[in-house]
Amino acid sequence: MESKPLHSVAATFDDVNKLMNAVHKVNEVGYKQYDVHSPYPIHGLPQAMKLKPSKLGFVTLIFGISGAIFAFLFMYWVNVIDYPLVVGGKPFYQLPAYIPVMFEVTVLSASVFTIVWMLFIMFKFPNLSHPLLDTEYMKKVSVDRYGISIQSKDDLFDLNKVKEFFKEIGAEEIFEIYYKVDELKDKPKIFDKKFISFSALTFIIVSGITYFVLNHLLFMPPFDWMHEQFRVDPQTTTTVFNDNFGMRNPVEGSVARGFIPYPFKGKPAEAEKFLINPLIPSKEVLELGKQKYLTFCSPCHGDFGMGDSRLRGQFPNPPTLHSDKLRNMRDGGIYHIIVEGQNVMPGYASQVNEEERWAIVHYIRVLQRSVNPKESDLR
Amino acid sequence: MSSELKIPEKKNISSKTKFLAFGLFGIGLLLSLVAFVVDSHRALANYNIIFTFLVSISIGNLFWFAIEYLSGAVWSTVMRRVNEIFISFIPIVFVMGLMVLFNSHSIFHWAHEEAVKNDKLLQAKSPYLNEEFFTIRYFIYFVLWILFAYLVTKNSLKQDESKDQLLTYKNSKLSAIFLPIFAITLTFFSIDFLMSTEPHWFSTIFGVYYFSGTALASVAIVTLAIILLYEKGYFENILRKDHFYNFGALLFAFVNFWAYIAFSQFLLIWYANLPEETFWMIHRWENGWQIFSFILIFGHFLIPYFSLLSQQAKSNLSRLKFMSIWILLMHYIDLYWLAMPSLYKNVTFGWIEISFLILGIGFTLTLFVIRFDKIKNIIPVGDPKLKRSLEFHL
Repeated sequence: MESKPLHSVAATFDDVNKLMNAVHKVNEVGYKQYDVHSPYPIHGLPQAMKLKPSKLGFVTLIFGISGAIFAFLFMYWVNVIDYPLVVGGKPFYQLPAYIPVMFEVTVLSASVFTIVWMLFIMFKFPNLSHPLLDTEYMKKVSVDRYGISIQSKDDLFDLNKVKEFFKEIGAEEIFEIYYKVDELKDKPKIFDKKFISFSALTFIIVSGITYFVLNHLLFMPPFDWMHEQFRVDPQTTTTVFNDNFGMRNPVEGSVARGFIPYPFKGKPAEAEKFLINPLIPSKEVLELGKQKYLTFCSPCHGDFGMGDSRLRGQFPNPPTLHSDKLRNMRDGGIYHIIVEGQNVMPGYASQVNEEERWAIVHYIRVLQRSVNPKESDLR
Repeated sequence: MSSELKIPEKKNISSKTKFLAFGLFGIGLLLSLVAFVVDSHRALANYNIIFTFLVSISIGNLFWFAIEYLSGAVWSTVMRRVNEIFISFIPIVFVMGLMVLFNSHSIFHWAHEEAVKNDKLLQAKSPYLNEEFFTIRYFIYFVLWILFAYLVTKNSLKQDESKDQLLTYKNSKLSAIFLPIFAITLTFFSIDFLMSTEPHWFSTIFGVYYFSGTALASVAIVTLAIILLYEKGYFENILRKDHFYNFGALLFAFVNFWAYIAFSQFLLIWYANLPEETFWMIHRWENGWQIFSFILIFGHFLIPYFSLLSQQAKSNLSRLKFMSIWILLMHYIDLYWLAMPSLYKNVTFGWIEISFLILGIGFTLTLFVIRFDKIKNIIPVGDPKLKRSLEFHL
């Protein structure tokens, strides 16, 4: 007996009124560390025990609000910053469409985190044991008795006095409740074999069912009805159109988004005459031009435009970019060559966009000036 | 069982309160008469809003009355007399509505024949929106409402004397018949008197929207009446925190319901982006009307939501009293926001609106005071649920 530390002294009562009376008496004497157990919730008991209202509501509120804020920020980041996509002609930032999602996430976050908070902070999970569990006292108060237990850590606690006190106020039975020593020593049994194997089993079953449903069940009749849809797939024929092509050509004259048709096809002279470089040479523009030049132009023209190809004669070497002809050619002419190509050189219209082409032209000018500097550059 | 009950003696309302009620009513009447002379068009539009507001609180109480019987609710049985006072407004509200009916030309655009002639949409809607059918519908609504109100209140009052339990059963049956009728009639009523002020608009959720406001406003006015009576000592030793908590919970629930429905209406119109629907919302977002839209978002939802969120707030009497007055005011603004922008391009909120508001408040108070003096018991003494209702615990 000496080795077993005392947790509390508990008493049962056979009547709610006796219990309420007892709770008042306990308060009068001044015990603070006590708890009441009953088979069902009793109205007015928390008030009689002078319990403060639960703080759980604030936890729910805080997690609800943070859920709403998180949902808003996440959607804002996705829709406005990371991957802007036009949906239904609406602006990227569209508060009305966010609100239902914010509402759902608020509810989800508030409820899930309330339960998590209760389990881990309030009930101290994974600690599964309490000295009161598995006692005769707990059996009685779970069925048809009402009980009070006064804990030994109370300042006024004295074993005999408490027993005397319980007898005085009309207790039916009195129990001494001890800590179970092995439970005190043991760590919480989260690594218990049963617990681990049950978790593993649950994981295997759930993931197995999910895998089966998604990869097999949905491909078996009659569950595969969603796979056969009334639509024309890419690269297939159809009877809807006369030419039986499922994929349609764009309407003549249609222009892709962000693409401007080149008006000087096969007209290098006019391109040189009319095209004007819209970019003003700046550090950013020249860096862009350098990067694109080194990626697309330098394999043949060489890093400095000398015509020293790195391709070891597999292609005829191009002429140098420092010739008088090219130095005197206007920007539009070089631009036209980039778009359409010249002699053996193919067009690079699909590799570099308009802005990048003009930046390359600027960079070529830089290379030319470095080989044949103007008077003013040398000063 | 009822012999054990201590039946509280009924006191009459003090003459000071009566003076206030009659005074407000008189001032409101005088001001609104002046308004009719000055600007009859605007006065009528305001009259229509006050009329729909009174329908809200009277028919809304009939709805809660039916719900109480049908769900077998116990907590509200003690307060049923107050419900019945508001239900007894219905015949008078019916008479009030005749004024709108006779002047439908100045409120409803579709009532002008020459307007319908040149308008394809109005022609298509004319089988429903024409004056004859409009009048017939008006009478159908009110005949059904008055009939039901008469039957159930008669049963309820008879029970005070006879203490017959069968009457409760009868009322439950009547309520089951009434609720579907209520759903249909209230929907069409809202379409007729509020939505048809803008006859070119489409919204299938409008009836539910008006219902959410109706249910909320009628809970608010009963809460207000009960709390005012309680503070004057009428329900002493009868009502407890637990009873008031339920009012708080219902107010909170229907504040949410209103916001849910209002947002549902807005979201679908916003998403579909059809010009024949969006113009209604756009109109309420410009020319000063956006102030009222903002008032609704904050005043009709966010402020009451956070004021009533905590458990303590739901049974805090001063908070409940303030919130129920606030919600009633918001319901008025909601109705104003529904009907007025359809008739006026720019925002019109001046002395005419205020005078009709005073008229509405004075009218409600006066009727309440008169009806309250007439009833014999302030609690339904013959109801078999009464004892449980008195002992109600959360």
